[in-house]
This record gives sequence, C-alpha cells and structure tokens, in this order.
Amino acid sequence: MSANLQSATTATESTTKKLLEVSNLTLKFGALTTLDSIDFDVNESELFAIIGPNGAGKTSTFNCLSGVYKPQNGSIKLHGEELIGKKPDVIAGLGIARTFQNIELFENLSVLENLMLGKHLKISYNWIEAMLRMGRTRKQETIVRRQTEDIIDFLGLAAVRNTPVNFLPYGVKKRVELGRALAMDPALLLLDEPVAGMNSEETEDMARFILDIRNELNTSMIMVEHDMRLVMDLADRVMVIDFGKKIALGTPDSVQKDTAVISAYLGGATDEVIAEFAGGEV
Amino acid sequence: MSEFEIKPGLTGASKQLNFENSKGVVRSAIKRGRPTLYTSYETSMQMVNTNTKKVWLGLLILFALSLPFTSSGGWLHAFTLLTIYAIAGIGLNLLMGYAGQISLGHAFFMGLGAYTAAVVAGDPARNALGFGLDLAIALPLAAIIPGIVGLIVAPLATRVRGLYLAVLTLGLLFIGEQVFKTWSGLSGGAGNGRYSAQRILFGIDLNANTYAVGPFIFTPEVVYYLICLTLLIALAILAKNIARSKVGRAFAAVRDRDIAAEVMGVNLYKTKTLAFALSSAYAGIAGALLSILIGTITPEQWNLFMSIDILAIVVIGGVATISGSIIGAAFVVLLPVILRELTQFIPWLSVSSGGLINVFQLQTILFGTLIVVFVTIESRGLFGLWIRIRNYFKAWPFSY
Ligand SMILES: Nc1ncnc2c1ncn2[C@@H]1O[C@H](COP(=O)(O)OP(=O)(O)O)[C@@H](O)[C@H]1O
Ligand SMILES: [Mg+2]
Repeated sequence: MSANLQSATTATESTTKKLLEVSNLTLKFGALTTLDSIDFDVNESELFAIIGPNGAGKTSTFNCLSGVYKPQNGSIKLHGEELIGKKPDVIAGLGIARTFQNIELFENLSVLENLMLGKHLKISYNWIEAMLRMGRTRKQETIVRRQTEDIIDFLGLAAVRNTPVNFLPYGVKKRVELGRALAMDPALLLLDEPVAGMNSEETEDMARFILDIRNELNTSMIMVEHDMRLVMDLADRVMVIDFGKKIALGTPDSVQKDTAVISAYLGGATDEVIAEFAGGEV
Repeated sequence: MSEFEIKPGLTGASKQLNFENSKGVVRSAIKRGRPTLYTSYETSMQMVNTNTKKVWLGLLILFALSLPFTSSGGWLHAFTLLTIYAIAGIGLNLLMGYAGQISLGHAFFMGLGAYTAAVVAGDPARNALGFGLDLAIALPLAAIIPGIVGLIVAPLATRVRGLYLAVLTLGLLFIGEQVFKTWSGLSGGAGNGRYSAQRILFGIDLNANTYAVGPFIFTPEVVYYLICLTLLIALAILAKNIARSKVGRAFAAVRDRDIAAEVMGVNLYKTKTLAFALSSAYAGIAGALLSILIGTITPEQWNLFMSIDILAIVVIGGVATISGSIIGAAFVVLLPVILRELTQFIPWLSVSSGGLINVFQLQTILFGTLIVVFVTIESRGLFGLWIRIRNYFKAWPFSY
C-alpha cells in the first residue's frame, strides 16, 4: 500500500510541468533596486506563496508578471513564452489574472458588470455587432452572463449582483476582485494579499475559496500574504524575499525554520519569540 | 465555439436551471407581482426590461410624435433642435460619460459634419462647394468623415488625460475654426458663411410640399422634425447597445481604473480610439442636422460655446446615461425658450438688453450653477435626481 503510494507520487512528480519560469528578474527605480535577480518557478496546479516584510518587492514582482512594470533585466516565461516586453492586455490574453493589494475594481459598475469584464477577452464580437446587437452578440452575452452567474454563486455574491461595487463593504469587494480574476479562466492566478484587513470569518471564507479554486479548477496560483497561518496551511512552496532579494525558497516547514527568514522578519527578536514564530503561532 | 464551453467545477444552484434555451424553471405564478424577477438571462438583459418601462417608453414616443401637430413654429424649431442636441449629447456622453475622456472639441466635429453634408448635398449653383447629392448619401458621410478625423487625432488624445486632454481638444477646436475660416471655398469665408445641404432625401424635395393625412398636416418643418426624431431614436438605441456590451464595459473600465482594465485584457489605445471616433461620428451627424435646420452656417459658430452647451447636456442630464442625455438636451434647449416666454411676465427679465438681466445672462448663470451642483453633488445629473425621487416614493412612507 505504502509502496504504491510512493510510486504514484514519483509518477506525478516526474510529469509536473513548469508553468512559469522566472529568472534573474531585476527591477530598478532610478538608483533604487526594487528586485534583485529573483529566480523562481511555479508548477502546474501549484499554490506558490511569496512572503516578505513590507516594501520587500512582492507587489512589484506581480507588477512585472502582469506587465505593469518593465523590469530592466531577466526573463519571465509562461508556458515557455517570454512575457517581458509584452503589454498587460496581451499578458492577460496569455492566461495571467490577478487581484490587487489595494482593491482596483471598476467602482461605478455593478458586481455583475465587473465580473463580465473579466470575460472581455473571451468575447469575440466586434463593436459593429455590439452596436446592432446581432445574433452573435446576444448569444455570447447570454453565455458570458451564465458563466458569470456561476462565479457569483460560488462566491456567494448573489444578493449584491446588481449593486455598484463602491457601495460594498471591504470584505465583499475583495471577493468581487477574486471573482473578476476567476472570470478570466486564468492559467495562473496572482493574489496580492487576499485576506489583508479581513476579520477571521472573512479570512476563513477566502481560504475556502482559494482551496476550492485549486481543487475544482486546478488553477495555479501565486499568493502574496502576510497571514502566516494561511500561507503555511495552503501553500505548496514558499519564497521569501527581503529588500528585493530572494532569501529562501522551499516547503512551508523548511522556510519557517530558516534562520535568515526569521531574522528578516523579526530583526533582533528574543529566543522565545523566534521559537514561537517557528512554531507557526503568529 | 470551444472557448465558450462551460468549465466543470464551481458547482452552484444555477446549474439546476435549464439553460438550453436560456429559460429558467421559475413559473409565471411565482413571477406575478415581481416585475424584476427574470426567468431568463435574455429577458433580464433586454434594453427595456420591465413592463412599466415599456409602457412609459411607448407613451413618451407617442408624445414626441404628437408634438409637431400641437405646437407652433417657434416651439417646433426648439423641439427639432432638442433632438439634434440630444444626438450630440449622446455622442459626447459615450466619450466623456462612459469612457471618461474629457473633450472640448465636440463643436469642431459638429462643424465637420455640417460642412461634409453641405459639400456633398449643397446646391452646386450657390456660392460655395457643393455636389448636390442626396441626403441619404450626405448624412452617412457626415458621420463617417468626422469619425475618420476622430481616428486620426485619437493617437494624440489617447496619450494624455484629464486637464491635458481638455487643453488638447480645445486646441483642436481653435485649429478647426481657423481652417473653416480660411478655407472659404468650403465655408464661404469668415463673416460670410454658406448655405447648408439641400433638403432632398431619397429623391424627394422635403421643402416642396405640405402633405395632409387625415387631421395631420405635414409641413416641411414637421417632416424634418420627424426625420430628426427617428434618427435620435435609432442613434440612442445604437448607443445603448454599445453601452451594455463588451465595448461599453471596456469604456467604463478605462474610465474607472485604466491599469486594472489593461490587466483584465482591455487594450487602452483601441478602446479610447473607438470612443473618440464614435463620439465624433455622432457629433458629425448632429452638426449636419443642425446646419440643415438653420439653413446657413458660418465658420465662427462651431466654437467653445457650442462645445460647452453639449458638455452641459452631458453633465446636467447625467454622465453615462443615454436617456439622461435626452433629458439634458431638453433642459439646455428648452430653458432659453421658456425664459424668453417668461419675459412677458417678469419685468426685470428682458430678451436682449434693458431690464436687470437678459435671458442669455440668466441662462448662462443657471447652466453654470447647475453644472457646479451636478459635478459636486449628483454626478448622475437630472437622471440621478429622478432615480432618487423615484426611490423615495417607492419607499414612502418610510425614508429608507
Ligand atoms: N512605481 C514605483 N516607483 C518607485 N518606487 C516603487 C514603485 N513601486 C514600488 N516601488 C518601491 O519598491 C519597493 C517594493 O515595493 P512593493 O513591491 O510594493 O513592496 P511589497 O513587498 O510590500 O508589496 C518599495 O520600496 C517601493 O517604494
Ligand atoms: Mg505589496
């Protein structure tokens, strides 16, 4: 039995493919080096976490991946295709979707419209067909609406479906943003601090959504998060960056025990604090 | 279409409904008394999606159709102007309200449409360039040519935003005015002006006859009003279709958060360019219709004041609503007419000079105040006020 399990694991490991390969990623703002030769890769259907103190360069990494920032050096490959130099809308078309640390929803649009915007690239009718609302427009709008309703259902947003998002509370907005990214059917989903500022109940809901997305849709994800327990519970692997440099990468357990990580996070902390941190109770 | 296959996973109640014909399983007994309960996505996404709205819209169109037969010459002129300004307002609203791009150059594109129509359908025997063709050719061209010029200047306009875009489009307006003035073969020259397009549509001279059908008398003015009204209804429907499609969502996304829009796959450049070109085409048609209504056009009239009138329509009527633009146009066009009528009853108000204040001054003050009020308090304009009043009465006697 255990031997069987063993061989099954090795089999899956040998077939895991690299979805994203980032090498030597370097980003500078003037004299300031925000990202310094970062290397990592993300496997198919992996949940990869990036942690690090404030200002470490986590959001900047996301901005490079989604084409918002132009790194000076390095390479980012999705399915083997180079992303650096491509515009954000092209990268979106290649399968990267993201949420933002500071919510970036379309405030005057309803929840439904925000989610339907996530389907922008899936819709193929042109503006003339839109103007005349010809057959293809009607058909695609109905299909997109139906798919969007599925996401609304999944995230429990039915009650606020037609509410403009600027009337929604913070926690719900975060969920809408997740929904909008999901609507894109991404190959790789980037989540920038999905539970920041949430209470424990909302955090739990969000963790459940992330697990469900993973189990049901098999979507690969990179998650930036400060909530250590969430990271330790959910992530397959964790990368730690500090001042734009990668200081550790490995399983949650190994990273948690890494002394460089502990000192980056806690500076000159006492032994007890370090012990507590390593115990995962932070 | 494989990209539209429904993915497995994300299980939910919506799966239990039968979507083959996009009909839900909600029976009509449940639906009764619930006007906003939709049993299919098709019906909930219809343009006019409740029966109440359908009835009101029908009544409104009937009213608009009956107007020319019940109003006198001055008022008929005002109502025609209303439909034309509403078309211009809808065009600017697509650009400004939906896509969030400020433009002060709208009057230039209106002028461009007016001169296109005048050249294509103008009398060849008159003082300026004219080919004497049918309006059925001239009106589409009056949309297409400004649309193309909009496309040509869009690359500049998409690079800047906010105040810089306002200044850039203002520059366009000045350049345009200068071109109109100097090119006297086209415009008749500064201070002169020229005749506009002839009123010949599908070979029929609209000015030639007055028709009587039962009790309805169709004078040339009535016929022209009905043509403008038909065009307004058609162009309003097209604009509404754009607004509720992928394109309209992209416009709004660019307006609200351009970086997020781009990350979701919206091409900023294409989206802004389309908004600019569409808006210019609407302005072009409006300009052509306006020129035909007034008969002679001068190069000076396509100026900042006209742009601001259209801007007032958008702001007062409400940004990002098509019906709001029609309400706004009614306000901007009819207010001066009403004020002029009021001069008979109010001693301190005069038509031109004398008295404490004249109609033009009072109207300018009113527009200015309303623009400030709406920009700061209710960005949905009169349309938004109406929604508020409606919601208040819906909830009455409770205040929530
Ligand atoms: N657009 C920008 N211009 C200048 N500096 C920036 C910019 N974006 C990020 N930075 C700098 O890069 C560093 C990393 O920021 P960020 O990636 O947001 O950190 P975090 O890990 O907290 O998400 C910070 O020092 C920040 O000031
Ligand atoms: Mg950050």
